[in-house]
Amino acid sequence: MSHPFRDVAIVAAHNTRQARRLEGHTPFSITLEAALGVLAESRVPVTEVDAIFSKHAAELIYALGIGPVWNSNNPGGIAGLLQAASLVATGLASTVLLADGGAGTYTERASTAPWTRPSNEFVAPFGLYTAAEFALIARTHMDRYGTTSEQLAEVAATIRNNGHVNPDAIYHGRGPYTVADILASRPIADPFHLLDCAMTSEGGCALIVTTHERAADLPGTPVYILGGGLDAIGPAYRHAPSWDLVGRGAGDNADVPNGYVGRRAARRAFATAGLGPADVDVAELYDPFSFEIIRQFEAFGFCGDGEGGDFVTGGRIGPDGEIPITTDGGLMSYSHGGGIVQLSQRVARGVHQLQKSCRTGQVADAKVALCSNGGAGALFTDVVLLGSEQP
Amino acid sequence: MTDLLQAQTAGIPLPVPTPVSEPFWAGCAVGELRYQRCADCDHAEHDPAWACRRCGSRRLDWRVSAGRGVVETHTVVRRPQTPGFAVPYAVVIVGFDEGFRMLTNLVGCSAAEVRTGLPVRVTFRPVDGGDDGDDGDGGERTWLPYVEPRGDENGEIHG
Repeated sequence: MSHPFRDVAIVAAHNTRQARRLEGHTPFSITLEAALGVLAESRVPVTEVDAIFSKHAAELIYALGIGPVWNSNNPGGIAGLLQAASLVATGLASTVLLADGGAGTYTERASTAPWTRPSNEFVAPFGLYTAAEFALIARTHMDRYGTTSEQLAEVAATIRNNGHVNPDAIYHGRGPYTVADILASRPIADPFHLLDCAMTSEGGCALIVTTHERAADLPGTPVYILGGGLDAIGPAYRHAPSWDLVGRGAGDNADVPNGYVGRRAARRAFATAGLGPADVDVAELYDPFSFEIIRQFEAFGFCGDGEGGDFVTGGRIGPDGEIPITTDGGLMSYSHGGGIVQLSQRVARGVHQLQKSCRTGQVADAKVALCSNGGAGALFTDVVLLGSEQP
Repeated sequence: MTDLLQAQTAGIPLPVPTPVSEPFWAGCAVGELRYQRCADCDHAEHDPAWACRRCGSRRLDWRVSAGRGVVETHTVVRRPQTPGFAVPYAVVIVGFDEGFRMLTNLVGCSAAEVRTGLPVRVTFRPVDGGDDGDDGDGGERTWLPYVEPRGDENGEIHG
Protein backbone atom coordinates (compact mmCIF):
# COMPACT_ATOMS: atom_id res chain seq x y z
CA MET A 1 0.00 0.00 0.00
CA SER A 2 1.34 3.40 -0.85
CA HIS A 3 1.91 5.94 1.89
CA PRO A 4 -1.27 7.88 2.81
CA PHE A 5 0.47 11.24 2.39
CA ARG A 6 2.60 10.30 -0.63
CA ASP A 7 0.96 12.93 -2.79
CA VAL A 8 0.88 15.70 -0.15
CA ALA A 9 3.57 18.37 0.32
CA ILE A 10 4.22 21.36 2.55
CA VAL A 11 5.61 24.02 0.22
CA ALA A 12 6.14 26.98 2.53
CA ALA A 13 6.24 27.96 6.19
CA HIS A 14 6.33 31.64 7.09
CA ASN A 15 6.78 33.53 10.35
CA THR A 16 5.91 37.20 10.70
CA ARG A 17 8.15 39.38 12.79
CA GLN A 18 7.93 38.23 16.41
CA ALA A 19 8.18 40.57 19.39
CA ARG A 20 7.19 40.89 23.00
CA ARG A 21 4.60 43.38 21.75
CA LEU A 22 3.59 44.18 18.17
CA GLU A 23 2.01 47.60 18.53
CA GLY A 24 -1.13 48.13 16.52
CA HIS A 25 -1.77 44.46 15.82
CA THR A 26 -4.77 42.38 16.81
CA PRO A 27 -4.95 38.58 16.79
CA PHE A 28 -6.65 38.78 13.39
CA SER A 29 -4.33 41.33 11.80
CA ILE A 30 -1.18 39.38 12.66
CA THR A 31 -2.85 36.19 11.41
CA LEU A 32 -3.61 37.94 8.13
CA GLU A 33 0.02 39.12 7.96
CA ALA A 34 1.15 35.52 8.30
CA ALA A 35 -1.30 34.37 5.62
CA LEU A 36 -0.20 37.04 3.14
CA GLY A 37 3.43 36.29 3.93
CA VAL A 38 3.19 32.58 3.24
CA LEU A 39 1.22 33.16 0.04
CA ALA A 40 3.92 35.53 -1.23
CA GLU A 41 6.72 33.21 -0.25
CA SER A 42 5.11 30.12 -1.78
CA ARG A 43 4.05 31.91 -4.99
CA VAL A 44 0.68 30.19 -4.65
CA PRO A 45 -2.04 32.49 -6.06
CA VAL A 46 -4.58 33.12 -3.32
CA THR A 47 -7.36 31.99 -5.65
CA GLU A 48 -5.89 28.47 -5.59
CA VAL A 49 -6.52 28.14 -1.86
CA ASP A 50 -9.62 26.03 -1.32
CA ALA A 51 -9.45 25.40 2.44
CA ILE A 52 -8.36 27.50 5.42
CA PHE A 53 -7.37 26.24 8.85
CA SER A 54 -7.24 28.99 11.47
CA LYS A 55 -8.81 30.24 14.65
CA HIS A 56 -9.87 33.07 12.32
CA ALA A 57 -10.69 30.91 9.28
CA ALA A 58 -14.00 32.52 8.37
CA GLU A 59 -12.62 36.04 8.77
CA LEU A 60 -9.59 35.14 6.62
CA ILE A 61 -11.78 33.69 3.89
CA TYR A 62 -13.74 36.94 3.82
CA ALA A 63 -10.71 39.24 4.12
CA LEU A 64 -8.82 37.44 1.35
CA GLY A 65 -11.96 37.53 -0.80
CA ILE A 66 -11.70 33.89 -1.80
CA GLY A 67 -14.95 32.19 -0.79
CA PRO A 68 -16.63 29.84 -1.15
CA VAL A 69 -13.94 27.53 0.29
CA TRP A 70 -13.67 24.96 3.08
CA ASN A 71 -13.73 26.65 6.51
CA SER A 72 -11.91 24.63 9.17
CA ASN A 73 -12.15 26.68 12.29
CA ASN A 74 -9.40 26.48 14.87
CA PRO A 75 -7.10 23.43 14.75
CA GLY A 76 -3.64 24.78 14.12
CA GLY A 77 -0.27 23.25 14.81
CA ILE A 78 0.17 19.54 14.24
CA ALA A 79 -3.56 18.89 14.60
CA GLY A 80 -4.28 21.33 11.80
CA LEU A 81 -1.44 20.04 9.64
CA LEU A 82 -2.51 16.40 9.83
CA GLN A 83 -6.13 17.26 9.13
CA ALA A 84 -5.18 19.58 6.27
CA ALA A 85 -2.96 16.85 4.80
CA SER A 86 -5.89 14.42 5.07
CA LEU A 87 -8.07 16.81 3.05
CA VAL A 88 -5.45 16.98 0.34
CA ALA A 89 -4.77 13.23 0.40
CA THR A 90 -8.45 12.44 -0.02
CA GLY A 91 -9.11 15.13 -2.60
CA LEU A 92 -11.52 17.08 -0.41
CA ALA A 93 -9.22 20.07 -0.92
CA SER A 94 -6.18 20.70 -3.08
CA THR A 95 -4.39 23.65 -1.47
CA VAL A 96 -4.77 24.45 2.23
CA LEU A 97 -3.67 27.63 3.99
CA LEU A 98 -3.01 27.31 7.74
CA ALA A 99 -2.51 30.59 9.57
CA ASP A 100 -2.56 31.75 13.17
CA GLY A 101 -1.24 34.52 15.32
CA GLY A 102 -1.46 36.26 18.67
CA ALA A 103 -1.24 39.95 19.57
CA GLY A 104 -2.72 42.41 21.98
CA THR A 105 -4.41 39.97 24.35
CA TYR A 106 -1.90 39.82 27.22
CA THR A 107 -2.18 43.25 28.79
CA GLU A 108 -2.59 42.64 32.54
CA ARG A 109 0.99 41.76 33.32
CA ALA A 110 0.48 41.34 37.07
CA SER A 111 -1.45 38.16 36.25
CA THR A 112 -0.26 35.21 34.22
CA ALA A 113 -1.24 35.16 30.52
CA PRO A 114 -4.99 34.72 30.04
CA TRP A 115 -4.63 31.59 27.89
CA THR A 116 -2.74 29.89 30.73
CA ARG A 117 -5.56 30.14 33.27
CA PRO A 118 -8.98 29.13 31.99
CA SER A 119 -11.65 29.75 34.61
CA ASN A 120 -12.74 26.42 35.96
CA GLU A 121 -14.22 25.71 39.35
CA PHE A 122 -11.85 22.84 40.24
CA VAL A 123 -8.55 24.51 39.36
CA ALA A 124 -8.93 28.32 39.30
CA PRO A 125 -9.71 28.77 43.05
CA PHE A 126 -6.50 26.90 43.89
CA GLY A 127 -4.24 29.23 41.92
CA LEU A 128 -3.56 26.97 38.99
CA TYR A 129 -1.94 28.12 35.77
CA THR A 130 0.35 26.43 33.32
CA ALA A 131 3.61 26.58 35.27
CA ALA A 132 1.95 24.91 38.27
CA GLU A 133 0.21 22.32 36.10
CA PHE A 134 3.47 21.26 34.45
CA ALA A 135 5.32 21.44 37.78
CA LEU A 136 2.98 18.81 39.23
CA ILE A 137 3.96 16.47 36.39
CA ALA A 138 7.69 17.23 36.73
CA ARG A 139 7.61 16.57 40.48
CA THR A 140 6.24 13.08 39.98
CA HIS A 141 9.10 12.25 37.62
CA MET A 142 11.67 13.66 40.04
CA ASP A 143 10.17 11.66 42.91
CA ARG A 144 10.10 8.39 40.98
CA TYR A 145 13.31 8.55 38.99
CA GLY A 146 15.58 10.99 40.79
CA THR A 147 15.51 13.51 37.95
CA THR A 148 17.29 16.68 39.06
CA SER A 149 16.82 20.43 38.73
CA GLU A 150 20.25 20.53 37.05
CA GLN A 151 18.98 18.19 34.32
CA LEU A 152 15.95 20.42 33.78
CA ALA A 153 18.25 23.43 33.67
CA GLU A 154 20.45 21.83 31.02
CA VAL A 155 17.38 21.58 28.77
CA ALA A 156 16.50 25.23 29.37
CA ALA A 157 20.07 26.41 28.80
CA THR A 158 20.32 24.44 25.56
CA ILE A 159 17.11 25.84 24.10
CA ARG A 160 17.79 29.39 25.28
CA ASN A 161 21.26 29.25 23.77
CA ASN A 162 19.70 28.22 20.45
CA GLY A 163 17.64 31.40 20.66
CA HIS A 164 20.60 33.48 21.83
CA VAL A 165 22.37 32.95 18.50
CA ASN A 166 19.23 33.22 16.33
CA PRO A 167 18.74 36.79 15.00
CA ASP A 168 15.04 36.07 14.48
CA ALA A 169 14.48 35.06 18.12
CA ILE A 170 12.92 37.62 20.44
CA TYR A 171 15.57 36.81 23.05
CA HIS A 172 18.45 36.94 20.55
CA GLY A 173 21.60 37.99 22.35
CA ARG A 174 20.22 37.42 25.85
CA GLY A 175 22.65 34.60 26.62
CA PRO A 176 24.65 32.51 26.62
CA TYR A 177 23.23 30.64 29.58
CA THR A 178 24.75 28.04 31.87
CA VAL A 179 22.96 25.55 34.09
CA ALA A 180 23.87 27.78 37.02
CA ASP A 181 22.19 30.77 35.35
CA ILE A 182 18.92 28.86 35.00
CA LEU A 183 19.04 27.69 38.63
CA ALA A 184 19.79 31.23 39.83
CA SER A 185 16.70 32.74 38.19
CA ARG A 186 13.78 33.49 40.48
CA PRO A 187 11.50 30.65 41.60
CA ILE A 188 8.09 30.48 39.89
CA ALA A 189 6.50 27.14 40.82
CA ASP A 190 8.99 24.56 42.03
CA PRO A 191 10.86 22.88 40.46
CA PHE A 192 10.60 25.62 37.82
CA HIS A 193 12.62 28.81 37.87
CA LEU A 194 11.80 31.72 35.59
CA LEU A 195 14.21 30.49 32.92
CA ASP A 196 12.68 26.98 32.96
CA CYS A 197 9.47 28.53 31.61
CA ALA A 198 8.31 29.71 28.19
CA MET A 199 8.11 33.44 27.51
CA THR A 200 5.05 35.30 26.26
CA SER A 201 5.12 37.28 23.04
CA GLU A 202 3.26 38.15 19.85
CA GLY A 203 3.53 37.04 16.24
CA GLY A 204 2.06 34.98 13.44
CA CYS A 205 2.87 31.81 11.52
CA ALA A 206 1.40 30.20 8.40
CA LEU A 207 1.89 27.12 6.24
CA ILE A 208 0.76 25.98 2.79
CA VAL A 209 -0.09 22.34 2.15
CA THR A 210 -0.82 21.22 -1.40
CA THR A 211 -0.38 18.29 -3.75
CA HIS A 212 2.98 16.82 -4.68
CA GLU A 213 2.08 17.48 -8.30
CA ARG A 214 1.42 21.19 -7.67
CA ALA A 215 4.55 21.47 -5.52
CA ALA A 216 6.69 20.48 -8.50
CA ASP A 217 5.82 23.81 -10.17
CA LEU A 218 6.50 25.97 -7.09
CA PRO A 219 9.85 27.41 -6.00
CA GLY A 220 9.79 26.09 -2.42
CA THR A 221 11.55 22.85 -1.54
CA PRO A 222 8.71 20.41 -0.76
CA VAL A 223 8.59 18.79 2.65
CA TYR A 224 6.62 15.59 3.24
CA ILE A 225 4.54 14.23 6.08
CA LEU A 226 5.87 10.79 7.00
CA GLY A 227 3.49 10.07 9.88
CA GLY A 228 1.76 11.60 12.85
CA GLY A 229 -0.71 11.24 15.63
CA LEU A 230 -2.77 13.25 18.09
CA ASP A 231 -2.99 12.18 21.74
CA ALA A 232 -5.51 13.84 24.06
CA ILE A 233 -6.65 12.63 27.44
CA GLY A 234 -8.93 15.55 28.34
CA PRO A 235 -9.37 19.32 28.13
CA ALA A 236 -6.36 21.41 29.08
CA TYR A 237 -6.26 23.08 32.48
CA ARG A 238 -9.63 21.97 33.83
CA HIS A 239 -8.80 18.75 35.69
CA ALA A 240 -5.98 17.74 38.03
CA PRO A 241 -2.99 16.91 35.77
CA SER A 242 -2.01 13.72 37.55
CA TRP A 243 0.78 11.69 35.98
CA ASP A 244 -1.32 8.57 36.63
CA LEU A 245 -4.55 9.84 35.09
CA VAL A 246 -5.66 7.10 32.70
CA GLY A 247 -8.43 6.49 30.24
CA ARG A 248 -10.24 3.20 29.90
CA GLY A 249 -7.57 2.07 27.48
CA ALA A 250 -7.60 -0.16 24.45
CA GLY A 251 -5.13 -1.14 21.75
CA ASP A 252 -2.09 1.09 21.60
CA ASN A 253 -3.22 3.43 24.38
CA ALA A 254 -3.85 0.76 27.02
CA ASP A 255 -0.52 1.40 28.73
CA VAL A 256 -0.32 5.19 28.32
CA PRO A 257 -1.09 7.28 31.42
CA ASN A 258 -1.22 11.08 31.18
CA GLY A 259 2.45 11.17 32.19
CA TYR A 260 3.29 9.56 28.86
CA VAL A 261 0.64 11.21 26.71
CA GLY A 262 2.09 11.39 23.20
CA ARG A 263 3.44 7.83 23.33
CA ARG A 264 0.55 6.46 21.30
CA ALA A 265 0.88 9.34 18.82
CA ALA A 266 4.62 8.69 18.41
CA ARG A 267 4.08 4.96 17.93
CA ARG A 268 1.58 5.70 15.18
CA ALA A 269 3.83 8.29 13.58
CA PHE A 270 6.83 5.96 13.48
CA ALA A 271 4.73 3.02 12.28
CA THR A 272 3.28 5.02 9.37
CA ALA A 273 6.74 6.31 8.50
CA GLY A 274 8.43 2.93 8.83
CA LEU A 275 11.04 4.64 11.00
CA GLY A 276 12.22 4.68 14.61
CA PRO A 277 13.66 7.30 16.97
CA ALA A 278 17.20 6.57 15.75
CA ASP A 279 16.20 7.83 12.29
CA VAL A 280 15.28 11.32 13.54
CA ASP A 281 17.90 13.96 12.62
CA VAL A 282 16.36 16.92 14.47
CA ALA A 283 13.62 17.15 17.12
CA GLU A 284 11.61 20.37 17.09
CA LEU A 285 10.13 19.64 20.50
CA TYR A 286 7.48 21.82 22.11
CA ASP A 287 9.06 23.49 25.13
CA PRO A 288 6.53 25.15 27.43
CA PHE A 289 8.70 24.11 30.41
CA SER A 290 12.14 22.51 30.63
CA PHE A 291 10.97 19.21 32.10
CA GLU A 292 8.59 18.61 29.21
CA ILE A 293 11.55 17.79 26.92
CA ILE A 294 12.72 15.02 29.26
CA ARG A 295 9.22 13.57 29.36
CA GLN A 296 8.78 13.71 25.60
CA PHE A 297 12.03 11.83 24.92
CA GLU A 298 10.70 9.01 27.12
CA ALA A 299 7.16 9.14 25.75
CA PHE A 300 8.41 9.06 22.15
CA GLY A 301 10.75 6.11 22.76
CA PHE A 302 14.14 7.82 22.43
CA CYS A 303 15.06 6.36 25.83
CA GLY A 304 13.49 4.21 28.52
CA ASP A 305 11.06 5.36 31.21
CA GLY A 306 12.94 7.34 33.83
CA GLU A 307 16.04 7.73 31.65
CA GLY A 308 15.17 11.12 30.17
CA GLY A 309 17.12 13.12 32.76
CA ASP A 310 20.36 11.39 31.82
CA PHE A 311 19.44 11.40 28.13
CA VAL A 312 19.35 15.21 27.89
CA THR A 313 22.72 15.78 29.54
CA GLY A 314 26.24 15.73 28.17
CA GLY A 315 25.53 17.73 25.03
CA ARG A 316 23.36 15.13 23.29
CA ILE A 317 20.55 17.66 22.61
CA GLY A 318 22.81 20.59 21.73
CA PRO A 319 23.35 21.98 18.23
CA ASP A 320 26.26 19.62 17.59
CA GLY A 321 24.78 16.71 19.49
CA GLU A 322 23.29 13.41 18.47
CA ILE A 323 19.72 14.82 18.47
CA PRO A 324 19.52 18.63 18.34
CA ILE A 325 16.27 20.03 19.79
CA THR A 326 14.15 23.12 19.35
CA THR A 327 16.76 24.75 17.17
CA ASP A 328 15.25 28.24 16.84
CA GLY A 329 14.99 28.81 20.59
CA GLY A 330 11.41 27.62 20.84
CA LEU A 331 8.79 28.95 23.22
CA MET A 332 11.52 29.92 25.67
CA SER A 333 13.49 32.23 23.41
CA TYR A 334 12.17 32.40 19.83
CA SER A 335 8.49 33.25 20.46
CA HIS A 336 5.31 32.15 22.24
CA GLY A 337 2.40 34.10 20.84
CA GLY A 338 -0.51 32.55 22.69
CA GLY A 339 -2.90 29.68 22.25
CA ILE A 340 -2.05 28.27 18.83
CA VAL A 341 0.64 30.08 16.83
CA GLN A 342 3.54 28.60 18.77
CA LEU A 343 2.16 25.13 18.02
CA SER A 344 2.44 25.87 14.31
CA GLN A 345 5.93 27.30 14.77
CA ARG A 346 7.30 23.89 15.80
CA VAL A 347 6.08 22.56 12.45
CA ALA A 348 7.44 25.61 10.62
CA ARG A 349 10.90 25.09 12.10
CA GLY A 350 10.83 21.43 11.10
CA VAL A 351 9.95 22.49 7.56
CA HIS A 352 12.77 25.03 7.50
CA GLN A 353 15.26 22.44 8.77
CA LEU A 354 14.36 20.09 5.92
CA GLN A 355 14.38 22.96 3.41
CA LYS A 356 17.89 23.78 4.71
CA SER A 357 16.86 27.42 5.16
CA CYS A 358 17.63 27.98 8.85
CA ARG A 359 19.84 31.03 9.41
CA THR A 360 21.23 29.45 12.58
CA GLY A 361 21.08 25.97 14.03
CA GLN A 362 20.76 24.29 10.64
CA VAL A 363 21.29 20.54 11.09
CA ALA A 364 23.47 19.42 8.19
CA ASP A 365 21.88 16.77 5.98
CA ALA A 366 18.65 16.77 7.99
CA LYS A 367 16.27 14.32 6.30
CA VAL A 368 13.80 13.51 9.09
CA ALA A 369 12.40 15.97 11.64
CA LEU A 370 10.13 15.13 14.55
CA CYS A 371 7.88 17.98 15.71
CA SER A 372 5.71 17.95 18.84
CA ASN A 373 2.96 20.04 20.42
CA GLY A 374 1.46 20.08 23.89
CA GLY A 375 2.50 18.37 27.10
CA ALA A 376 1.29 16.30 30.02
CA GLY A 377 0.43 19.41 32.04
CA ALA A 378 -2.12 20.20 29.31
CA LEU A 379 -3.39 16.60 28.88
CA PHE A 380 -2.42 16.34 25.21
CA THR A 381 0.64 15.77 23.04
CA ASP A 382 0.70 15.66 19.24
CA VAL A 383 3.51 14.37 17.03
CA VAL A 384 4.40 14.66 13.36
CA LEU A 385 7.35 13.28 11.43
CA LEU A 386 8.45 15.38 8.46
CA GLY A 387 10.77 14.19 5.70
CA SER A 388 12.78 15.69 2.87
CA GLU A 389 12.01 12.73 0.60
CA GLN A 390 8.65 11.68 -0.78
CA PRO A 391 7.40 8.67 1.24
CA MET B 1 8.92 36.54 52.78
CA THR B 2 7.22 34.08 55.08
CA ASP B 3 7.03 30.49 53.96
CA LEU B 4 3.99 29.61 56.07
CA LEU B 5 1.28 28.23 53.83
CA GLN B 6 -2.04 29.86 54.64
CA ALA B 7 -5.52 29.66 53.18
CA GLN B 8 -6.53 32.44 50.80
CA THR B 9 -9.15 34.73 52.29
CA ALA B 10 -10.48 36.96 49.49
CA GLY B 11 -9.89 38.29 46.00
CA ILE B 12 -9.42 35.01 44.15
CA PRO B 13 -11.51 33.37 41.41
CA LEU B 14 -14.29 31.41 43.06
CA PRO B 15 -16.28 28.42 41.84
CA VAL B 16 -19.47 28.90 39.89
CA PRO B 17 -21.35 25.65 40.55
CA THR B 18 -22.97 23.79 37.68
CA PRO B 19 -25.83 21.29 37.92
CA VAL B 20 -23.36 18.43 38.24
CA SER B 21 -21.03 20.13 40.74
CA GLU B 22 -23.58 21.85 42.98
CA PRO B 23 -23.79 18.95 45.50
CA PHE B 24 -20.00 19.08 45.91
CA TRP B 25 -19.92 22.79 46.77
CA ALA B 26 -23.02 22.49 48.96
CA GLY B 27 -21.12 19.81 50.88
CA CYS B 28 -18.15 22.09 51.40
CA ALA B 29 -20.47 24.70 52.97
CA VAL B 30 -21.58 22.17 55.60
CA GLY B 31 -18.16 20.63 56.21
CA GLU B 32 -18.56 17.55 54.04
CA LEU B 33 -16.11 16.44 51.34
CA ARG B 34 -18.46 14.77 48.89
CA TYR B 35 -17.46 12.52 46.01
CA GLN B 36 -19.28 10.27 43.58
CA ARG B 37 -19.25 6.47 43.62
CA CYS B 38 -20.56 4.41 40.74
CA ALA B 39 -23.42 2.13 41.77
CA ASP B 40 -22.51 -0.28 38.99
CA CYS B 41 -18.71 -0.59 39.07
CA ASP B 42 -17.81 0.99 42.45
CA HIS B 43 -15.44 3.54 40.83
CA ALA B 44 -14.82 6.65 42.97
CA GLU B 45 -14.80 9.94 41.00
CA HIS B 46 -13.83 13.57 41.38
CA ASP B 47 -14.30 16.11 39.67
CA PRO B 48 -18.08 15.57 39.58
CA ALA B 49 -19.10 13.70 36.45
CA TRP B 50 -22.35 13.15 34.55
CA ALA B 51 -21.50 9.52 33.88
CA CYS B 52 -18.95 7.06 35.25
CA ARG B 53 -15.59 7.51 33.50
CA ARG B 54 -14.82 3.82 34.04
CA CYS B 55 -18.01 2.06 32.97
CA GLY B 56 -20.30 4.72 31.51
CA SER B 57 -23.07 4.21 34.05
CA ARG B 58 -25.24 7.18 34.94
CA ARG B 59 -25.86 5.77 38.42
CA LEU B 60 -23.36 7.90 40.35
CA ASP B 61 -24.17 8.27 44.05
CA TRP B 62 -22.89 11.07 46.25
CA ARG B 63 -20.91 9.87 49.27
CA VAL B 64 -19.09 11.68 52.07
CA SER B 65 -15.34 11.12 52.29
CA ALA B 66 -13.56 10.66 55.60
CA GLY B 67 -11.30 13.40 54.25
CA ARG B 68 -8.04 11.54 54.74
CA GLY B 69 -5.48 11.21 52.01
CA VAL B 70 -1.87 11.47 50.91
CA VAL B 71 -0.07 14.09 48.80
CA GLU B 72 0.75 12.51 45.43
CA THR B 73 2.50 15.48 43.86
CA HIS B 74 3.04 19.14 44.70
CA THR B 75 4.42 22.54 43.74
CA VAL B 76 5.04 25.62 45.84
CA VAL B 77 3.96 28.62 43.79
CA ARG B 78 5.74 31.96 44.27
CA ARG B 79 4.57 33.76 41.12
CA PRO B 80 0.78 33.77 41.61
CA GLN B 81 -1.88 33.11 39.01
CA THR B 82 -3.31 36.57 39.70
CA PRO B 83 -2.31 39.29 42.20
CA GLY B 84 -5.28 38.25 44.35
CA PHE B 85 -3.41 35.20 45.61
CA ALA B 86 -1.14 35.52 48.65
CA VAL B 87 2.17 33.74 48.07
CA PRO B 88 3.59 31.29 48.59
CA TYR B 89 0.84 28.75 48.13
CA ALA B 90 1.20 25.02 47.62
CA VAL B 91 -0.78 23.23 44.92
CA VAL B 92 -1.13 19.52 45.62
CA ILE B 93 -2.91 16.55 44.13
CA VAL B 94 -4.20 14.36 46.96
CA GLY B 95 -5.19 10.72 46.69
CA PHE B 96 -7.99 10.15 49.20
CA ASP B 97 -8.52 6.87 51.02
CA GLU B 98 -11.78 6.25 49.15
CA GLY B 99 -9.90 6.12 45.83
CA PHE B 100 -10.50 9.52 44.22
CA ARG B 101 -8.02 12.33 43.59
CA MET B 102 -8.53 16.03 44.20
CA LEU B 103 -6.43 19.06 43.33
CA THR B 104 -6.28 21.62 46.15
CA ASN B 105 -3.95 23.74 48.28
CA LEU B 106 -2.00 22.52 51.29
CA VAL B 107 -2.15 24.84 54.30
CA GLY B 108 -1.03 24.76 57.93
CA CYS B 109 2.64 24.00 57.46
CA SER B 110 5.72 25.64 55.97
CA ALA B 111 6.71 25.41 52.32
CA ALA B 112 9.71 23.33 53.35
CA GLU B 113 7.42 20.64 54.79
CA VAL B 114 5.60 19.98 51.52
CA ARG B 115 6.46 16.53 50.23
CA THR B 116 5.09 13.63 48.26
CA GLY B 117 3.61 11.06 50.63
CA LEU B 118 2.61 13.61 53.29
CA PRO B 119 -0.53 12.40 55.12
CA VAL B 120 -3.22 15.10 55.01
CA ARG B 121 -6.82 15.71 55.96
CA VAL B 122 -9.40 18.01 54.47
CA THR B 123 -10.09 21.39 56.09
CA PHE B 124 -12.74 23.82 54.89
CA ARG B 125 -11.90 27.53 54.81
CA PRO B 126 -14.11 30.52 53.96
CA VAL B 127 -13.16 32.87 51.16
CA ASP B 128 -14.94 36.18 50.79
CA GLY B 129 -16.61 37.36 47.63
CA GLY B 130 -15.41 37.07 44.10
CA ASP B 131 -13.17 39.14 41.87
CA ASP B 132 -15.85 39.77 39.29
CA GLY B 133 -17.11 43.24 40.20
CA ASP B 134 -20.65 44.38 40.74
CA ASP B 135 -22.78 41.34 40.27
CA GLY B 136 -23.96 41.41 43.85
CA ASP B 137 -22.05 38.45 45.25
CA GLY B 138 -19.34 40.57 46.86
CA GLY B 139 -20.50 39.94 50.39
CA GLU B 140 -20.93 36.18 50.11
CA ARG B 141 -18.62 33.49 51.40
CA THR B 142 -17.50 30.38 49.62
CA TRP B 143 -16.06 27.41 51.50
CA LEU B 144 -13.09 25.86 49.75
CA PRO B 145 -11.76 22.37 50.53
CA TYR B 146 -8.09 22.67 51.44
CA VAL B 147 -5.88 20.03 53.07
CA GLU B 148 -3.59 20.24 56.08
CA PRO B 149 -1.02 17.82 57.48
CA ARG B 150 -2.32 15.23 59.93
CA GLY B 151 0.38 14.46 62.40
CA ASP B 152 -1.21 11.28 63.76
CA GLU B 153 0.60 8.97 61.39
CA ASN B 154 4.11 10.29 61.70
CA GLY B 155 4.23 11.63 65.23
CA GLU B 156 4.16 15.29 64.26
CA ILE B 157 1.86 17.89 65.75
CA HIS B 158 0.53 20.64 63.54
CA GLY B 159 -1.46 23.60 64.79
